[in-house]
Amino acid sequence: MQGTDIQQEAERQITICNSCRYCEGICAVFPALQMQRSFAAGDINYLANLCHNCGACYHDCQFSPPHEFAVNLPKALAEVRNDSYAQYAWPRALAPLFARNGLVISVLTALSVTAFFIGFITLNAPGELFRAHLSPGGFYALMPHNTMAGLFGAVFVFAIFAMAMGLRNFWADANAVNSVASSSPSIWQAIRDAGSLRYLDGGGAGCFNEDDQPRDNRRLYHHLTFYGFALCFAATTVGTIYHYGFGRVAPYPWWDLPAVLGTVGGIALAVGTWGLLVARSKRLPDLVDTRANGMAVAFILMLFLTAVTGLALRVLGGTAAMGVLLALHLGVVFSLFLTMPYGKFLHGLYRFAALCRHAMSRRHGLNPAPAERPVPVAVRSTDG
Amino acid sequence: MAMGDTSCDVLVAGGGNAALCAAITARRAGASVIVVEGASKFYRGGNTRHTRNLRCAHDEGNEILTGPYSEEEFWDDLMRVTGGQTDEDLARFTIAESKELWDWMTGAGVHFQQPLGGTLNLGRTNAFFLGGGRAMLNALYAEAERLGVDIRYDSPVTELEIDNGFFSSATVAGPGGGGYRIRARSLVTAAGGFEANIEWLKEYWGDKADNFLIRGTANNRGSILRLLLDNGVEPVGDPTQCHAVAIDARSPKFDGGIVTRLDCVVFGIVMNNACERFYDEGEDVWPKRYAIWGRLVADQPDQIAYIVFDHKAMGLFMPSVYPAIEAPSLPELADKLDLDPEAFERTVTDYNAAVREGTFNSQELDDCHTEGLSPPKSHWARRIDTAPFYAYPVRPGITFTYLGTRVNREAKILMQGGRPSANIYAAGEIMAGNVLGKGYLAGIGMTIGAVFGRVAGKEAARNARN
Repeated sequence: MQGTDIQQEAERQITICNSCRYCEGICAVFPALQMQRSFAAGDINYLANLCHNCGACYHDCQFSPPHEFAVNLPKALAEVRNDSYAQYAWPRALAPLFARNGLVISVLTALSVTAFFIGFITLNAPGELFRAHLSPGGFYALMPHNTMAGLFGAVFVFAIFAMAMGLRNFWADANAVNSVASSSPSIWQAIRDAGSLRYLDGGGAGCFNEDDQPRDNRRLYHHLTFYGFALCFAATTVGTIYHYGFGRVAPYPWWDLPAVLGTVGGIALAVGTWGLLVARSKRLPDLVDTRANGMAVAFILMLFLTAVTGLALRVLGGTAAMGVLLALHLGVVFSLFLTMPYGKFLHGLYRFAALCRHAMSRRHGLNPAPAERPVPVAVRSTDG
Repeated sequence: MAMGDTSCDVLVAGGGNAALCAAITARRAGASVIVVEGASKFYRGGNTRHTRNLRCAHDEGNEILTGPYSEEEFWDDLMRVTGGQTDEDLARFTIAESKELWDWMTGAGVHFQQPLGGTLNLGRTNAFFLGGGRAMLNALYAEAERLGVDIRYDSPVTELEIDNGFFSSATVAGPGGGGYRIRARSLVTAAGGFEANIEWLKEYWGDKADNFLIRGTANNRGSILRLLLDNGVEPVGDPTQCHAVAIDARSPKFDGGIVTRLDCVVFGIVMNNACERFYDEGEDVWPKRYAIWGRLVADQPDQIAYIVFDHKAMGLFMPSVYPAIEAPSLPELADKLDLDPEAFERTVTDYNAAVREGTFNSQELDDCHTEGLSPPKSHWARRIDTAPFYAYPVRPGITFTYLGTRVNREAKILMQGGRPSANIYAAGEIMAGNVLGKGYLAGIGMTIGAVFGRVAGKEAARNARN
C-alpha cells in the first residue's frame, strides 16, 4: 500500500481484523473492511472516518497489547482520521498548521476577533460599550446589523466552500480504487445512522471510555451537543427570517421562537460539550491520539464557549456587561466558523459521508479494484 | 496459618468460561467464592478468549438464532464427529441443559450477535458472542465482580491437599511469587487441558512436539489436571490425542489464535520439505478435513509443510495474518522457501500433468481431480500454472487436548474405581473428554464448559452449605 506510516500501521491491523472477524457485529467498520482484501490509502481513510471510536473492539480483542500482534484499532484509526482532515483540507497549506496548534489558534482567533469587535464598537459608538441597551435593536447600536451579517456571512460562506472542497477530496479518494457500484447516495440511511449515533454503542453492549466497562455516556453528551447546536443554528435562522422577512429586530422576548430555540439549544450544547470535555479528560490513554488533543479540545471548547457566551448574553443582555459579552460571543462564533474546515468539526462531515458510502456499498456492492492500481491522487504520503 | 492464608466456601481453579459459570452460580447460591486464575488479567480465560460461539439446543429460533435445533439433531451431530466416543448419559444431559444457556448467558450480561461473513452455516445452531470470546469473558467477569466473587490473577495453584478424594486446601503462588494456602469446603477445577505444556506433549509425541505451535495461551499447562491425576482421579479421554490444525508456520509459539489459520489447502497442493506431497488435499470439503492437517504435518520431517497455489486461487479463501510468500516463477518460489527448486518444480509438474480439469466449483465436491497420481487430489484440482505463484509454510497448531477427569452428572470428579470425590468438581476442557472423546463440533467446548460450570457451581455451593 502507498501511504503514510500511520496508514500502513492501520492496514496491518485491519488485515488482522479481516482474518479474525470476531468484531463484525460491533459496528460498521468491520463489515466494511470485510468487503475488501487490500486497502489503498483512501480506503484506510474511509474506514477511519467510519469508526466512531466507541472502544468496544479494543476491549473485546484477544490480540490487543500486550499481545504481540498489538491490535488497537480505535487508536490506529483515530490517528489516521485526524491526519485525514489535513490531507483533504482546502486550501491544503492551512491544515497542518492547525492540526498541531488547534487550541491555540482557535483561542487566539476568538480573542483577536473579540478585541476587534470591542475596538469597532468603541470607534463606532464611543461610550456605548459599557452601557445597558434595553431597546429593540439594542445590539445594533453597538454594531450595525449589516456589518454583523456581512462579516459572518462571509466567514460562513468561506467555511462552507472550504468544507465542500474537503468533502469532495475525501469522497474521490475513498472511491479511487474500490468505488461504490452505484451513484445514488443512501442519504436517508446515513441520516438515520448519524442522527442516532447507531455505531456509538458497541453493537448494543455499550461504549467505553475510562475503563473496560461499557458504561460510557458520550453518546448522550454527543446528542446534546449535536441537537443543541442544531437548535442554536435554527434560532439564528429564525432570527434572520424575522429580521428580513418581517422586520422584527433582535433582541426577542424570552418566549419568542428564536429565544426559546436559542436558550434550549444553548443549555443542551453547554451541557453536552462539558460532558464531552470531561469524558475526554478521563479517557483511557490507550485509545487517544494524543497528537490531536489540541484540535479536539479546541472544537469542543469553542462550541462550549459559544453556548455559554450566548446564554450569558441572553441573561445579561440588559446590563452593562452586554457590550463585552457580545464582542466575546461574536469572537467565539467567528473563530468557530473560521476554523471549521481545518478542525474536529470535519469529523461530522466525513463520518456522514463514510456512513453514506457504507450504506451504498452494503446495498450495491463495490466495483472490483482494477488490476492496475493507480496511486490515489488526492492523498500523497506526508513523509515522502 | 501463614501470611495470606485464607478460606472460602468454594474455590474455583481456572478463569475461563466454565470457571466463571461455576463462580457466578455458586455466588448466587450464597457461597463465598474465590477464583484463582494462573494468567494475568489480559490473558485470563485460557482458550475461552479465542472462542466465538456457543452451541445450544433450542425448540424455536429467536432474534439471532435462525431456526430450531432439536436435542435429537444436536445428538446426531455429536455422534457424527465423535464416532460414538462419548458418555451417552452425560452427553444427553449436556444437550438438554444447553437449552438454558442462552437465557443464563444473557442474564449474566453476555451479548449475542448474528453471524455475518463466513459463518452463516452456524447461524441456526450456534449463538455468536458479540465481539467474540474475550467480550463474553469480560461480561462474565464483570458479573462475578458485581456479585462479590474474589478474583485473583497471576495466581497459579501449585499444590492440592487431597486425602482419599476429599479436598481441604490449595497452595497458590501469588503474583509476587510467595505461596499461601486457601482452605475451601468445595473445589471446582476448571483450568483447561495441557496443550501449552510442551514437555507433557513430548511424552506422547517425542521431539516432534518441539515444533508444535500452540493456538491458545501459554498458561494452558494442565497443572491442575496433573495434580488431580496424581491424586488418584480417574482419567478420561485419549492422552495422546489433541485437536491439531495446520497453521501458518510464522505464527507466534503461543496464542496466535484464529488469525493464523489457513483455509487454502483445498485450492493448492501441500508438500513437505523434501517437496513430496503426502495426502489428498481435496478429499472432502474443508470444514470436514481441516482438523486432520495438524496431525498430517506433524508426521512430516521437521513438522513443516508448504501449501502451494497460483494466482487463480488467490482470494478464494479467508485472509490470514501473514501474507502469502509470492514469486513470479516456481523455482524462485522454491528458493524463497529454501526448498530444492528442481524437486519443487518436478512435484508441481507431475501434479499438473495428472490434473483432469472439469467444472471448478469451490462450494461443492466438484469434478476437478487427478488421475494416476499418488496421493491423488480428488476435488478442486487445477493446474498450478498462472503466475504469480504463492505458498504458505504451515506447522501443527494445537488447539486443545482430550485427556481429562471423569465426572458424573453433578460434575463431581470420580476417583479411580468410580467412587465420586467428596467435594471436588470439574468443568470445561478439563472434563470435556467425557462428552467429546474425539473430533470437534463448533461451539461445543463452550457448551460443555457452561453446562458443567453451572452444575459444578450449584453442587459445590450446596456441598459447602451442608
